Amino acid sequence: MEKFDAIVVGAGPSGNAAAYTLAKAGLSVIQIERGEYPGSKNVQGAILYSDALEKIIPEFRDEAPLERHIIEQRMWVLDDDSYIGTNYRSDAFNKAPYNRYTILRAQFDKWFSEKVSQAGALVICETTVTDLIMDGNRVVGVRTDRENGDLFADVVILADGVNSLLAKKAGFHPELNPGDVALAVKEILFLPQETLESRFNVKEGEGVVIEMIGKITQGMMGTGFLYTNNESITIGVGCMLSDFKETRMSPYLLLEKMKAHPAIAPMIEGGEMKEYTAHLIPEGGLKAMPQIYGDGWMIVGDSGMFVNAVHREGSNLAMTTGRLAAETVISLKAAGKEMTSPNLSVYRAKLDDSFVMKDLIKYKDMPGVFHANRQFFTTYPELVNKAAHTMLTVDGVDKKTKEREIFKSFTRSRSLAGLVGDAYKMWRALR
Amino acid sequence: MSEETKKPAGKKKFELDPRLAEYRGIWVFIEHERGTVHTVSWELLGEARKLADKLGVQVAGVVMGAPGEDTRRFCQEAFYHGADHCYLMEDLLLKDYRNQPYTKGMTDLVNAYKPEILLLGATTLGRDLAGSVATTLLTGLTADCTELNIDVEIRSLLATRPTFGGSLLCTIQTLNYRPQMATIRPRVMAMPKRDTSRSGGITEHKLSMIETDIITKVLEFIPDENTNKVNLEYADIIVSGGKGLKKQENFQLIWDLAKVLGAEIGATRPVVQSGWVEAVRQVGQTGKTVRPKLYIAVGISGAIQHRVGMDASDVIIAINSDPNAPIFDFATYGIVGNAMTILPALTEAFRKELSARNAEAVAA
Amino acid sequence: MIHIVVCIKQVPDSAQIRVHPVTNTIMRQGVPAIINPYDLYALEEALRIKDKFGGFVTVITMGPPQAENALRKALSFGADDAILVTDRAFAGADTLATSFALASAIRQIEKGMPVDLVFCGKQTIDGDTAQVGPGIAKRLNLELLTYISSIVSVNTEKKEIVVQRRSEGGVQVLKTRLPSLVTMLEGSNEMRFATMPNMIRAARTTVKRWDRVAAGIEDISKIGLKGSPTVVSKVFAPSPKTVKAEIIQTNSGEADEMAATLLMKMFTKFPHVREQLEKSAA
Repeated sequence: MEKFDAIVVGAGPSGNAAAYTLAKAGLSVIQIERGEYPGSKNVQGAILYSDALEKIIPEFRDEAPLERHIIEQRMWVLDDDSYIGTNYRSDAFNKAPYNRYTILRAQFDKWFSEKVSQAGALVICETTVTDLIMDGNRVVGVRTDRENGDLFADVVILADGVNSLLAKKAGFHPELNPGDVALAVKEILFLPQETLESRFNVKEGEGVVIEMIGKITQGMMGTGFLYTNNESITIGVGCMLSDFKETRMSPYLLLEKMKAHPAIAPMIEGGEMKEYTAHLIPEGGLKAMPQIYGDGWMIVGDSGMFVNAVHREGSNLAMTTGRLAAETVISLKAAGKEMTSPNLSVYRAKLDDSFVMKDLIKYKDMPGVFHANRQFFTTYPELVNKAAHTMLTVDGVDKKTKEREIFKSFTRSRSLAGLVGDAYKMWRALR
Repeated sequence: MSEETKKPAGKKKFELDPRLAEYRGIWVFIEHERGTVHTVSWELLGEARKLADKLGVQVAGVVMGAPGEDTRRFCQEAFYHGADHCYLMEDLLLKDYRNQPYTKGMTDLVNAYKPEILLLGATTLGRDLAGSVATTLLTGLTADCTELNIDVEIRSLLATRPTFGGSLLCTIQTLNYRPQMATIRPRVMAMPKRDTSRSGGITEHKLSMIETDIITKVLEFIPDENTNKVNLEYADIIVSGGKGLKKQENFQLIWDLAKVLGAEIGATRPVVQSGWVEAVRQVGQTGKTVRPKLYIAVGISGAIQHRVGMDASDVIIAINSDPNAPIFDFATYGIVGNAMTILPALTEAFRKELSARNAEAVAA
Repeated sequence: MIHIVVCIKQVPDSAQIRVHPVTNTIMRQGVPAIINPYDLYALEEALRIKDKFGGFVTVITMGPPQAENALRKALSFGADDAILVTDRAFAGADTLATSFALASAIRQIEKGMPVDLVFCGKQTIDGDTAQVGPGIAKRLNLELLTYISSIVSVNTEKKEIVVQRRSEGGVQVLKTRLPSLVTMLEGSNEMRFATMPNMIRAARTTVKRWDRVAAGIEDISKIGLKGSPTVVSKVFAPSPKTVKAEIIQTNSGEADEMAATLLMKMFTKFPHVREQLEKSAA
């Protein structure tokens, strides 16, 4: 059977980044995707981070299907029927080249995949990789569900997503812990372009991102989000899978409730549902990261838990890890070296050098902090909202009394020790 | 720079090529096999009558077949159903349907007598013939129309049909070609009244072909097994099941209800594709069109692809657990609930009601 | 050795098409394009004949550049060669203009290798007309065999084919001469699974592209919008029914009660339904 320089399993952002980089360098690459077409099995918010893609396809802005470039970021902390929020809007974000875009996954992945084919990689869809082919401890190829479907290569790059059965089967990855993943559901709601632009106060091509935290997750650890696309809005919510299991709440109902929130409902009014999807998102961060390379294999993207949950960055880490893995392979090939575990450790070194590991290390304790401190999703949102309400209501009570009331409400809820403790925990985790 | 006279605002005035103005009258192909006329032919005559009245022209039936009593009888029936005239082509070569002689025969007739509109049933035979005739005559053909109208001013046939999987409708015209051809599915148009007082003239025309001209031979005809012949299109009571029933075993409830009602069984495309029932039971855009007096839709969402096949039913009862299912937008009655509990209750209720009536009738 | 040309079409997956709620046009964005499902039966049948007799299968389509993906998929199932007939001048073609273009292209293919059979699907899921197959047959003077449920036999020496054709109430067994054009009935066979070697071969193949000149078309009045006798004058959404269903509700919500209420209401308002039931239930 034919032998390739590399086999890439999966045609999502990390797989495409790897396959493209390898093919561009002249290596023979075959990429196997189990969906009908690249992107059909993938789900994302979705935000595209230019920086990561620029390093792979510098001229992507000329061709890639992009929705809106983001000029405004809103951060909302919600109570049951109110929210307190911050906005950052900058004209600097309105100067090309733009830094972040909203995209629609399905179309973007298709485009990216075409680039991969054009670069010379063989892209095979509707085919599932069922097993890794081993020679002792070394991965030498993959077995697929097609007749005569064994393929061999010097290295196999696993880019098959958060629930990589392949990595689990091969023992590289322990069983996914519900405490390490979030289940996110989202809807794309169609809204006429003019309505959208006037409602969000943007012009053609400009976009807004709203990140939300608070009572919308009904006490569970999670966040909500709303993105503006060209003619539609993406709205979604995600919570830890372990929390969903515990509360037995239906993710779909959670989203419906969120959509009905008095602050959110008017933002989406008149929207016609176009698409509803659900997906698992790695949240465990560094502590949940499995082994990411071995003899003849490497892991990139969600499969390696490369997600920065705090900043909700995933696709840029996916593309970056894909690219770095590919660069590792390219350099080893050029030096005539074998794809052994010691040699592939260069991959880890590259990751350590990049923002990928640096950010993951920085935030490694955050998931744990949030897990153990639900007050950040319930009590604090309530407290800050009520505080705002108190201060902003003009009712004849003097301001000093109001301030005292607010302070008391905080200490009653959390006690002074608790408040200090919370602040310390956050500071430690974010440091 | 030349001065252009300002054109009046609005559409350019369409003018029919004068050569084509000779084409007059509406023809309906009378489809028959083994001694029976396909009822769609009568439905089309009924529709042709309406269109012809708008245009002030005649309706003619086209009967082609082997010489004998049958063809004359078919012409009679055509008159009873609204034709003013018939074109008759008799020849042994036309005994069984074959594309070549029928296409030649039809195109010769069209070239000789020039109808402006030619309608055929969208059956396997009709579609086979229509495509060949349209290509030979180099004219326009619109298939599977759900509605026909006339723009009298320009004598244009407005043929409306579903498009893009049925999500939308489109109206198509064949402006500057004649005849304007269209095929229509059985049961889309209403059956006209049969008036035995009507009669008309017959024009006979020869098919100038010999057997050796015709390349395709019919070796034999194998009839379908007659036991349990499904006649969904003409059924008056239909009970239909969709994927909302969840499992194949649950479809048994449909059979139970149908038995009590003496009804035919229908199904949606996903159910047929899952192999729960035979394909002949599929109702919808790519299945059968039905117009029963009562249509009971169980576990059917009511998506447009199914809807176009049954929304001409007199009374529609919809049972679905989803209160937002589109079927509730156009059904007559709806019950929101679990089919597994509703159906048996409904079956029992019908059984009681109908046996009570029968007892009354017997006692009376 | 038998040479079969299979005509396919890339269509939007109509099951996933939505209508723009405001402008009433089709929202094609993100709707995946697939090979017209009916064409797969035609392709599979052609491949089976090739397996049996040895031969060559050429797949052809008239479409925009992205139709190449459909051809590539056909190659992955085992077709030998693929030709994309694409040209701006084809835009707006109805079935008459389409059959003209495809017939011209097939004539060109004939020059390279004589064609024994042309296979088409029964109809497309976006046009539903079933007219292009018969149109091509007429133009190329091929015997037309539509709604074929099975190929009984093919004899390349005697140049004969025997088929079973679905007809009302039964099946016609027809014999005719090659070359002929066959449209396959759905369900007549089951599509094979593409093998990995074929998928790799397909991924590597550069699909030939023919513009109208390469397809041998000289008379441009016969293609595209100009060559189309039919014209779409209006596209619209079906008007919503003004009266929605009367939802049966009872205090108890019990199935028995709801059923009884339903019957009472229906029989009161629609006595003819009751009459019909008495007839058919008896």
